[in-house]
Amino acid sequence: MTIDTDKGREPEDERPSAAASTAPETLKAIPVRHFGRWVAAAVALAVLALLINAFAQGKLNWGAVPDYFFNADILKGVRNTITITILSMVLGVVLGIVLAVMRLSKNPVTSAVAWFYIWFFRGTPVYVQLLLWFNLGLVFEFINLGPIYKDYWSSFMTPFLAALLGLGLNEAAYMAEICRAGIQSVDEGQTEAAHALGMSHAKTLRRVVLPQAMRVIVPPTGNEFINMLKTTSLVIAVQYYDLLQSATNIGQTSGATVEMLILAAAWYLVLTSVLSVGQFYLERRFARGSLRQLPPTPWQKVKANLLSLSNRSAVGGGAA
Amino acid sequence: MTAMVKAEGVHKSYGPVQVLKGIDLEVAPREVFCLIGPSGSGKSTFLRCINHLEKINGGRLYVDGELVGYRQQGNKLYELKDREVAAQRRDIGMVFQRFNLFPHMTAVENVMEAPVQVKRETKSVARERALRLLDRVGLADKAGNYPSQLSGGQQQRVAIARALAMEPKLMLFDEPTSALDPELVGDVLDVMRSLAEEGMTMIVVTHEMGFAREVGDSLVFMDNGVVVEAGNPRDILTNPQHERTKSFLSKVL
Repeated sequence: MTIDTDKGREPEDERPSAAASTAPETLKAIPVRHFGRWVAAAVALAVLALLINAFAQGKLNWGAVPDYFFNADILKGVRNTITITILSMVLGVVLGIVLAVMRLSKNPVTSAVAWFYIWFFRGTPVYVQLLLWFNLGLVFEFINLGPIYKDYWSSFMTPFLAALLGLGLNEAAYMAEICRAGIQSVDEGQTEAAHALGMSHAKTLRRVVLPQAMRVIVPPTGNEFINMLKTTSLVIAVQYYDLLQSATNIGQTSGATVEMLILAAAWYLVLTSVLSVGQFYLERRFARGSLRQLPPTPWQKVKANLLSLSNRSAVGGGAA
Repeated sequence: MTAMVKAEGVHKSYGPVQVLKGIDLEVAPREVFCLIGPSGSGKSTFLRCINHLEKINGGRLYVDGELVGYRQQGNKLYELKDREVAAQRRDIGMVFQRFNLFPHMTAVENVMEAPVQVKRETKSVARERALRLLDRVGLADKAGNYPSQLSGGQQQRVAIARALAMEPKLMLFDEPTSALDPELVGDVLDVMRSLAEEGMTMIVVTHEMGFAREVGDSLVFMDNGVVVEAGNPRDILTNPQHERTKSFLSKVL
């Protein structure tokens, strides 16, 4: 049987709207003049002009940058950089979630082990860790995993594996802290409500806690991804053939060292820019349900900024 | 007839602080049982013990004849496994003061979640029931809204529908209207009243004396971890026997 609960009124739906009254008269006032802004803009432009002038006078062969931009060796380096970035992040995220759950577990041993792991890998430079992995061959002659696998350490620990372990294991420590913060940010009432409905611990974590933790986890993970892309340039230490390595090689043989470094920088910028765009839309997606109105996309922001510029009352546009 | 809820000398303490100091009470099936008392009196804690969100430190607590959270063999008491505790909670619905809806799910998804995940119902069956329940609490048109797009009163009614979706034999209400704007309280109380009329067993921690008087079958006044006075709501509210009850009621009525 159904009972009609809103027989009288639905108060929250029928509040009188303020817009119903007539629109107020537009004020005509002379806006405040911001002379400081004009001065600051002039200084900034002057410095920029000086910089461009300096580089224009340097003996740079600018033509080399576009010439080599899609060079086969460079493209191979780019592919390798992308591969090692993605694989290291996957290793970091998976291991990071495991470490976060271990860290939050009631078992003091697993919690302490996770704590120790994070302490070690966050407390030492990633460059040192990369060199450590690569040079372990000096103390281990063989790797022997019983009947499964046995080989010389030097042929087992390839530059690729050293780079993957060095970057991925280091990343896991940071991801663990990010995931822990995310899981802890979810209100305890959520867990209680799920338990009261008869959901198990695992199901509560998977269906209720983690989806909400994602909103806290995703933004810093995007930053980590972008950082990781740049950190991969360190794998030159373990002789992995990445973007920087390929650019340096060409630079040394052709004599265009600086040009090739600029080319590498340009490629890194392209890749990080693509990732930033991806991160923006990912964050927008995970904000569903927690924000009444989603943040504007860049295009919407540009439109709003242009509009506010043309209105000349530019005080923080962007609120489209 | 077995009592729906039976408490025998229930104790609960957080470290050195004793919150419940021996609660004895019985709730019959189809009864609307109201718990009132000042904040810190232990009434919410007692309610949370009934579905084992809190572990009791002493005494015995039964729901429908079954020991809550433990299994007794001879003289020994064994803690139940998480899975067994979850199975016990399935039949007990709970409504929280702060709603605790899942914010990343729409209203109808909130209501469907437990039947699909816990009872392994198909989505279409669960959705059909969820829509029926939302209609019944007067929110048929809000099924696709996220909790942040609903008012407090609407959120609490979704929360009631979510608890009802598991077809519980007992409903626990933990100050369901305390976090609401005064003008939204009525809608939630109307839903609770209709539930009572259908014969649902309900334990309600509340400050709504009007609801306790009109709908309640029995009423307990708790203070400082003990039951001070119990009986018919109309008798207690109009003619309290204990000094403590009198002074409390004089402040809230």
